[in-house]
Amino acid sequence: MTARMEKRFADVAAEGRPVLVTYFMGGDPDFDTSLAIMKALPKAGADVIELGMPFSDPMADGPAIQLAGQRSLKAGQTLAKTLELARLFRGEDQHTPIVLMGYYNPIYIYGVDRFLTDALEAGIDGLIVVDLPPEMDDELCIPALKRDINFIRLATPTTDDRRLPKVLENTSGFVYYVSMTGITGSALPDPSLIAGAVQRIKSHTELPVCVGFGVKTAEHARAIGASADGVVVGTAIVNQIASSLTEEGRATDATVPGVEALVKGLSAGVRAARLAAAE
Amino acid sequence: MNEAPKLNSFRAGPDEEGRFGIFGGRFVAETLMPLILDLQDEWNKAKSDPSFKADLEKLGAHYIGRPSPLYFAERLTAELGGAKIYFKREELNHTGSHKINNCIGQILLAKRMGKTRIIAETGAGQHGVASATVAARFGLPCVVYMGATDVERQAPNVFRMKLLGAEVKPVTAGHGTLKDAMNEALRDWVTNVDSTYYLIGTAAGPHPYPEMVRDFQSVIGQEAKEQILAAEGRLPDLVIAAVGGGSNAIGIFHPFLDDEGVKIVGVEAGGKGLDGDEHCASITAGSPGVLHGNRTYLLQDGDGQIKEGHSISAGLDYPGIGPEHAWLNDVGRVEYVPIMDHEALEAFQILTKLEGIIPALEPSHALAEVIKRAPKMGKDEIILMNLSGRGDKDIFTVGKILGMGQ
Ligand SMILES: Cc1ncc(COP(=O)(O)O)c(C=O)c1O
Repeated sequence: MTARMEKRFADVAAEGRPVLVTYFMGGDPDFDTSLAIMKALPKAGADVIELGMPFSDPMADGPAIQLAGQRSLKAGQTLAKTLELARLFRGEDQHTPIVLMGYYNPIYIYGVDRFLTDALEAGIDGLIVVDLPPEMDDELCIPALKRDINFIRLATPTTDDRRLPKVLENTSGFVYYVSMTGITGSALPDPSLIAGAVQRIKSHTELPVCVGFGVKTAEHARAIGASADGVVVGTAIVNQIASSLTEEGRATDATVPGVEALVKGLSAGVRAARLAAAE
Repeated sequence: MNEAPKLNSFRAGPDEEGRFGIFGGRFVAETLMPLILDLQDEWNKAKSDPSFKADLEKLGAHYIGRPSPLYFAERLTAELGGAKIYFKREELNHTGSHKINNCIGQILLAKRMGKTRIIAETGAGQHGVASATVAARFGLPCVVYMGATDVERQAPNVFRMKLLGAEVKPVTAGHGTLKDAMNEALRDWVTNVDSTYYLIGTAAGPHPYPEMVRDFQSVIGQEAKEQILAAEGRLPDLVIAAVGGGSNAIGIFHPFLDDEGVKIVGVEAGGKGLDGDEHCASITAGSPGVLHGNRTYLLQDGDGQIKEGHSISAGLDYPGIGPEHAWLNDVGRVEYVPIMDHEALEAFQILTKLEGIIPALEPSHALAEVIKRAPKMGKDEIILMNLSGRGDKDIFTVGKILGMGQ
């Protein structure tokens, strides 16, 4: 549903702060724990949830998210179960937008039409599909937009001004600016460079611009949030989950609280962002 | 629309978007999109640049050793008692396989594009060796990603790559085979976009790679066509090649696709049999999906997760296949069949003993199919097989299985 996303961005903007987008892998380390994590995120201050769909071959992800996907698949996660996670979450929370993030093949195999129907029914608001560039818009982007589901595109440092309009053309919800050329989990580049890139994108679009890849600490969130409309944190959360698990990869009493504590800190970071910018 | 009707040809693909029917395309992360568009531009320019063609031909003749011979396998033919068997001897190329044809072409492109670093993925190590070789020849640093399992079973090639100055990075993700190596190479490319040229080793990946690799490898079929006409005065009845990602196969098939009388067969790795999961027969036992930049036949489960393949031959151990093969299968122009590990092993030994040629385990699969078909064909019929590589890299694997222990 595109309205939920719009409202959330508008409400947070009215608070005068950037949006905190949090990523975690659906089904990591198991279905029930990941549902508990999902429910804990908004309570800890997350504004938008990115729900990862595991894939056997995550070509754009670093080791942390690769391992999270493996844990999830090993615990029996499927695309149907990831949609089920969203549906159960929606039973409790009708306001926090959910964006599914992953790769195309599981969706293609599920069937695009069936997937969109089930995603809407589960309360999904947007999609980020890493391996569907604008050249492939007929596959999923256009059908999703027709069904009122946002298709959020990644813009990267290699997306130059010539290409940017093509990338933005069918983007909706927000633009996800990838802070670097690289995979998830790499080090964060200089925030001033990112600020310039965000300005460049904003000169081409009215959509909010969120920045992700490399944002790990409250301080990062504050620094990036000073120029961007939102910050996306993924690997830090995934690492937090991983560090709480037993050697066999099972959840412990520390798993959910650990994520809560981390997200609370990040949330304080984004809440301080504009104050910092005003200094 | 007002377009003139396309010639009725199997050789017209891909279209502008890199599609062969529903297969192919450009399913890559945005970071890589500008890079593959640049590559496509450069490739289009190079194709019509006489100096590029001249460089390719010169290096082909003096560095690779082209044309490779067409060899009539007299003793094998007599033994099987049917069709005349000819080998296109790509195993005599510099570095021991067809892989070098593609590497020379792509490194010339990398040079034109001003790239300063080469990365490659490899399974059997033949493409890794060919990449390391051309990188040495053109003075560029080279990193080769290789599954940890393959590093072990293709040890001689790892040593060769290192001698040639390449850095070999073992990949432990997944089962540590070719698909995992390709994932890791893509991760490197996404990170090092300005400096790095990704030298893909087979006719797969995002457009323009499948087309480009096919064109560089088509020299095999073009030469073979002239050579068989010179030797026999006519075209073969059957053309056979082994299919991993599909580069040696498309290379020999492509020039024959529009020759109606020529039957074409691609041989996939049947591993330990198609009943279980231990095979790599993407077409015969897989279904269409999207991986590594293109839509094609894949080994996958009902949730769209990619399965690990199995083959005795590391070079066929890929759970996908080039998109043009997927299309040629669906339109019925090429027949794809599986050959089991044990059949390939037997073929390996037959060729070694009857013709004094030690083949790689990959073309041993094609040979096993030849051994099945030749006796059923007439003595006046002709089979052309792509002998895509030599078996030096495989002798330890085979020795171990045959109990010839070291
Ligand atoms: C000798 C040889 N033949 C065939 C193959 C399979 O690759 P392709 O299907 O791209 O020819 C390989 C791959 O390593 C090889 O080394």
